[in-house]
Amino acid sequence: MPDPGIILAILVATLRAATPLVLAGLGELVTERSGVLNLGIEGMMLVGAAVGFMATVVTGNPALGMIAAMLAGAAMALVFGFLTLSLLANQVATGLALTIFGIGLSALLGVDYQSHPITGLATVISPHLSEASPAVQQLLLIDPLVMVAVVAPFLVHWYLTRARGGLVLRAVGESHDVAFALGYPVIRIRYFAVMFGGAMSGLAGSYLSLAYTPMWTENMVAGRGWIALALVVFSTWKPIMLALGALLFGFVTIAQFQVEALGIDIPPQLLATLPYLATIAVLVLISRDTTRTKLNAPAALGRSFHPST
Amino acid sequence: MQLKLEARPARLAAMVWLSPVVAVVLSAVAAGLLFALLGRDPLVALYTLFIAPLGTVMGLTELGLKATPLLLCAVGIAIGCRANVWNIGAEGQFTIGAICGGGVALAFGESGGALVLPLMLLAGIAGGALWAAIPAFLRTKYNAHEILTTLMLSYVAVQILGWLVHGPWQDPEGFNFPQTRQFLPHATLPLLVEGARLNIGALFALAVVPLAAVLLGRTMTGYRIRVAGLAPGAARYAGFSAAGTVWFSLLLSGGLAGLAGICEVAGPVGQLQPIISPGYGYAAIIVAFLGRLNPVGILFASLLMALIYLGGEGLQMDLQLPPAATGVIQGLLLFFLLAADVLILYRPRLVLKPGVKHA
Amino acid sequence: MAFVRGQQRSGLHIMCGVHVSPRVGQPPRLELRGISKTYGTTRANIGIDLVVQPGEIHALLGENGAGKSTLVKIIYGLVKPDEGEILWEGAPVSIADPNAARAMGVGMVFQHFSLFEALTVAENIALGLGNKQHPRALAPRIREVAVRYGLVVDPQRHIHHLSVGERQRVEIVRCLLAEPTLLILDEPTSVLTPQEAEGLFVMLRRLAAEGCSVLYISHKLEEIKALCEAATVLRAGRLSGHCDPRQESPAAMAELMIGATLPQCGRTTAATTGASCLVVNDLSLPSDEPFGTDLHRVSLDVRAGEIVGIAGVSGNGQKELLAALSGERLAPRADSVVIVGQPAGRVGAAGRRRIGLAFVPEERLGRGAVAEMSLAENALLTGASSAIVRHGFIRFPALRTFARSILAEFRVLATGIEATAGSLSGGNMQKFIIGREIGAAPRVLLAAHPTWGVDIGAALAIRQQIIALSDSGVGVLIVSEDLAELFEICDRIAVLSGGRLSTPKPPATTTLEEVGLLMGGQRQAAVREHAHAA
Repeated sequence: MPDPGIILAILVATLRAATPLVLAGLGELVTERSGVLNLGIEGMMLVGAAVGFMATVVTGNPALGMIAAMLAGAAMALVFGFLTLSLLANQVATGLALTIFGIGLSALLGVDYQSHPITGLATVISPHLSEASPAVQQLLLIDPLVMVAVVAPFLVHWYLTRARGGLVLRAVGESHDVAFALGYPVIRIRYFAVMFGGAMSGLAGSYLSLAYTPMWTENMVAGRGWIALALVVFSTWKPIMLALGALLFGFVTIAQFQVEALGIDIPPQLLATLPYLATIAVLVLISRDTTRTKLNAPAALGRSFHPST
Repeated sequence: MQLKLEARPARLAAMVWLSPVVAVVLSAVAAGLLFALLGRDPLVALYTLFIAPLGTVMGLTELGLKATPLLLCAVGIAIGCRANVWNIGAEGQFTIGAICGGGVALAFGESGGALVLPLMLLAGIAGGALWAAIPAFLRTKYNAHEILTTLMLSYVAVQILGWLVHGPWQDPEGFNFPQTRQFLPHATLPLLVEGARLNIGALFALAVVPLAAVLLGRTMTGYRIRVAGLAPGAARYAGFSAAGTVWFSLLLSGGLAGLAGICEVAGPVGQLQPIISPGYGYAAIIVAFLGRLNPVGILFASLLMALIYLGGEGLQMDLQLPPAATGVIQGLLLFFLLAADVLILYRPRLVLKPGVKHA
Repeated sequence: MAFVRGQQRSGLHIMCGVHVSPRVGQPPRLELRGISKTYGTTRANIGIDLVVQPGEIHALLGENGAGKSTLVKIIYGLVKPDEGEILWEGAPVSIADPNAARAMGVGMVFQHFSLFEALTVAENIALGLGNKQHPRALAPRIREVAVRYGLVVDPQRHIHHLSVGERQRVEIVRCLLAEPTLLILDEPTSVLTPQEAEGLFVMLRRLAAEGCSVLYISHKLEEIKALCEAATVLRAGRLSGHCDPRQESPAAMAELMIGATLPQCGRTTAATTGASCLVVNDLSLPSDEPFGTDLHRVSLDVRAGEIVGIAGVSGNGQKELLAALSGERLAPRADSVVIVGQPAGRVGAAGRRRIGLAFVPEERLGRGAVAEMSLAENALLTGASSAIVRHGFIRFPALRTFARSILAEFRVLATGIEATAGSLSGGNMQKFIIGREIGAAPRVLLAAHPTWGVDIGAALAIRQQIIALSDSGVGVLIVSEDLAELFEICDRIAVLSGGRLSTPKPPATTTLEEVGLLMGGQRQAAVREHAHAA
């Protein structure tokens, strides 16, 4: 009979590991549903993590840190939007540029904040966390951002399937030419979607530096942005499936630590490859069925829109 | 005020080559602003970044040394991009190439003589190609997109290297540092200039330029690659094998990245250690675009990028700027390049009429 | 006021209101004065005048590229004119965007449908109405209009499940729900069988009788004569004339349209046919596209020197059949496709070309040619003969000679062999591709929609080249939606409908009516019922 305490700890750890993937993944999902492929999630998350951390250290208020992280992510996305939507640059290349730029910018911004001590989000909210019983401690680790990550997939699902704005967003992602012919402001809608994606990535990044780790180190996102991207494909662009996929990945991520805890002797570097290998495996499983991907992918994904053509 | 883009009747060919120049100038201006924001004299910083490294013979040899891996990786990436195959995992292929070639050096130890170095190079090429063969297989067999698979495999490759140098391949006499034994002289690349680190790896890179140019411009294989990239429908129509193009371009770019990796560890690094590349594999993506996916253009772009690396080290030492500043400048360069490229196909116009919907 | 727009959203008054009697003393519904529009160096519209009266079915007639599309885009607010005036109900207006056009009372049915494939009928209609209607609240109104005009559509179905004819119905219903007083239709019958087209005319006449004006864009003269009471003819961007199609002969209208008498290129000699050069044996192939059409037991035999035509509304398996014949998709068995006696079902596109197959695809750019590459490089796409490619290296002098010979022999208008394929007009690009394919000295030619979107002069040249090729003993298979063309040049015509191919018949032993019925397949009976009910 497994110890209920351990099961609770695993559940909470899974949820916490899944949170940044859900947040960033939902942002990218909305962006892609509008027909834009932004490969810069990793860069936006890094900048969000650095800026969120700095703002929290400066103001002492993690809420302000998160807002700053969202603004920073949205600002990064705005650069991407300007290049791809207004200047019609290639979305794949621009997304890569955003990631390269984000890696450099976050490292530059955060250079004086490396290994700076900070109180984790859960402890900020419940100052007596460390004195609580283990079970309560676990429950208190479910901080507000984790709760956002639990609720947000349902909200995004509702918006995309039930709200008029969601219908228009999907329409723009299906065919920008038709949407334009019907009089919808294609570019403006895509700007909103791209910036929402950036804000969500920024928030996801700030979760890593404020709650999950909590500290700032260079390149701390460690590929989670790319995993979030893979999750969007895995979910076939459906928010609830995305959340389930993120939970699966959360579990794989913490499995490394569980294996170590169980005393099984596998080198940590090899265990650290698990999430990346799992991403490849998931991608292979989902891409095998081309029809299914084609059926669900927004038809205009990745294509630039110029109204005169 | 609105920005409107009018499609040009024909692409503006001059802009194809002007655009990188514009991007470099704009990046320099932006870098100057950045330095000013960081409290440094922008002119001094720009001088340190772009001019100072070129002043000495030593600086020039270092330039060639840093351009070598960039050039090798970027030519492979560019050939892939021409075929619409996005190999963004050159960093991983570079790492595996270094591991395989380095493994040969460690296995032979003091034996092997003149055979060791060629074997190391071959093993490096094979390792990089093998690492790229995985995404090629996954793409052609399971339709899994190479952007994610090549990138994920880069993270895996770096972890494998970390494991090897912390574990089985660790130098037993290395005071528990995570690194292998130093490669012996017969397992390191001959130097080109006495006293400098520049080695014959640079010659391999230089040889790749004309070979790649002939491949792309004069052979049927190159033609198939270009058609597949510009119009996959036309490639299918003509009966060119899509899977063949994916395999060819990934194996080729993986092999070149692997060669870059072994040249790096059999050259300036001299052993295996956890970090053997300051992000050459990623910077090579920028180099490929900056060089217009053209081998000759890439030669110049790789020298420029090497200069930014070299100047970045100068900024670090002379002006105490963080190394990340180099990364920011690299990113800016690609942004400005992509922005300037809009002028190839469109003529921008500012519309002053308010109320006219921008779309 | 004789014409009242429906005030109520329900009941039978949702449409254009009460009957109108003749429009004495009324201002025209729409009047264009001196409209001009230039794109870059192309003058698409030059000083065009157009008057559409209330309740009138007005034809806008012209060849491809005459400027019809630009003009209607101006009326619909998609394009802003450089010069000229638009009057609506007698008052000058400026149409900012399609929303403004719709608010004014303009409805538009596009040639390439403006529908979202992945969304439902109701969602599409809600998006097209522009107001904040919820898709579910619309369903009863959709049914109402459907019953009234015989336009049966199921609001909950996804567009990708619908046939082309059904999609057009969705477009029309969407327009009608916005209660237009001017309905614009761009080449609406190009996707319909003759019988479906007749049903559409019945509906349009009824709409006009209720006071809604119709602007009907077409280049099909017979159809305009049967339907329209006034016509405006464009030629090369300019106004060529106004006329009453009921009074004019098709020949006279054609002269207005092309500035010369209509050329003919009928086959004079009866074809003498030889041995089979393309045989399809019982080919069944599931589509690889999500909403494609599966091929069911297709059999066919094209003989040397013969032109066989395959008619049908697009989306009935044409793409799939062509891909299976060209080798872009492999057939299940080697003997499913036999080319000049060789089983080639398992041979790829390049291999089939070596056996003697040439293929002119539907998409000129992106498939038949690479837009960004020069004509010389495009000649290499399928023209890599041993003289041009040796040991894997391209011999550019030989390639350039080959490309130049195509330009000269097939009268391709281009600045030279270094011009990019994308810079050529559709007609010239098509002549280049046909030239390249014929240049390979094929035994069988496969051509998809060879004259689609091509001006009359180029179309004539292309047909003559195809006829000449068949006279030289090559077997030709043409897939086309243009029935007139098929009847003009083919020795036998078969119909592809729902992925099944009918038995080919000589044009003399069949009729347009019979081919139309075969094209409609199962849907036909239902459509006619609705037409009669309306």
